[in-house]
Amino acid sequence: MCTLEKRGRLFLLKLTGDGEHRLNPTLLDNLRSAITQIRSDPSSSQSVLITTSDGKFFSNGYDLALAASDPPLRALMAAKLRSLVADLISLPMPTIAAVTGHASAAGFLLAMSHDYILMRRDRGFLYMSELDIELVLPAWFVAMIRMKVASPAARRDVALTAEKITADRGLEMGIVDSRHGSAAETVEAAVKLGEEIVRRGADGHVYGRMRETLLREVLHAIGSNESASNGVRNSGSKL
Amino acid sequence: MCTLEKRGNLFLLTLTGDNEHRFNPDAIATILSLLGQAKSQAKRGSVLITTGHGKFFSNGFDLAWAQASGSLTGAAERLHQMVESFKPVVAALLDLPMPTIAALNGHAAAAGLMLALSHDYIFMRKDRGVLYMSEVDIGLSMPDYFAAMVRSKIGTSAARREVLLSGKKIRGEEAVALGIVDSAAHDSAEGVVEATVGLAEKLAAKKWNGDVYASIRKSLYPELCEILGLKATIFATPKL
Repeated sequence: MCTLEKRGRLFLLKLTGDGEHRLNPTLLDNLRSAITQIRSDPSSSQSVLITTSDGKFFSNGYDLALAASDPPLRALMAAKLRSLVADLISLPMPTIAAVTGHASAAGFLLAMSHDYILMRRDRGFLYMSELDIELVLPAWFVAMIRMKVASPAARRDVALTAEKITADRGLEMGIVDSRHGSAAETVEAAVKLGEEIVRRGADGHVYGRMRETLLREVLHAIGSNESASNGVRNSGSKL
Repeated sequence: MCTLEKRGNLFLLTLTGDNEHRFNPDAIATILSLLGQAKSQAKRGSVLITTGHGKFFSNGFDLAWAQASGSLTGAAERLHQMVESFKPVVAALLDLPMPTIAALNGHAAAAGLMLALSHDYIFMRKDRGVLYMSEVDIGLSMPDYFAAMVRSKIGTSAARREVLLSGKKIRGEEAVALGIVDSAAHDSAEGVVEATVGLAEKLAAKKWNGDVYASIRKSLYPELCEILGLKATIFATPKL
């Protein structure tokens, strides 16, 4: 479901296989294990994380079909994603999402949880689909949108127009940092950016702390959601 | 002073008459009532367009009515009454279960600009009409929800400064550059309305669930909603 590779000081986390990389409990657990592994690596504070994917999708969001068949799993997936995003926000290294396919809803959120978004411009879009599928946005999603999408008009376009945002539009809106000709070029650019960041030699622990401060509102919203939600604690799962 | 018309999917709210469309208690009550009507008739694919006749979209509160009270304290009380009674109008627009578009036929000043900003999309004329927060020029302080609206809808420090602190009369092109309005491409009131109808039809075609739309809208502006006493919809089971 996901693989973790180390190339010098770069960690490459890849959502594997040709599917939609739906964020079901298993994939979310795998991603969190990978992040834990990265964090415990001795060179972690001098490294960079690049997250990418195989195939047509970066991630198409939560596994809604699974949630429909087993309703308590909705809350479980949400809780696991909140934990994963909190982990990414506190990660003691810069993070790059190399978006080489569609990123929808929670998948878009996952991309935004990275410090940089590099995206292919020939295909794929970022899409906050909730309005189209009649779901509301949790407060912590909105907190992330407010942090990562600067202009009120762009936030409206993301959330209230449910725009399918291409790399070109994403660049205009300030969501995407750079756009590239193909999937391979996007990953290559991410690697190049990662290496450049490593060369700067900043201390990952300081970096992670700064990011936490910068994204304080998101962490707060995640935390408030935790105390508000029920059912997850009762399920006995360890978060 | 104000009419609500239904054209297929579109609700057209018009500030009528060739005057400044000042908000006095009667006008405010009428607008609120018409918004209530639109809400009760809302269905999937509904869209609201708000516009006006003549040179003004709205020039804000009816300060002449306030001064007609005859005393300083009387005027202050009347002004306070208008400020308080306008709050539910802003809240009603934020709560409206359909996309909302302001088609500015002319000048939008002070509370008139607030009315415009309470909409999801704003189109204004290229050739005429300005946006103007007059408070700094006439020595009025800013109600808390006005300031919260500016913070919610206008993104950059520079733009907020221009709007609130400079007393500037902002024309269409600059309003677009500052990110305050979505379009200032059309050269007449009719052109603006036509353009908003085009946008409205595109939005209507999505046939969104109005309650979900309103809920997502409110979630984008938590500070403003808190000041207005608007609660985000709370669901029994947490949504993803």
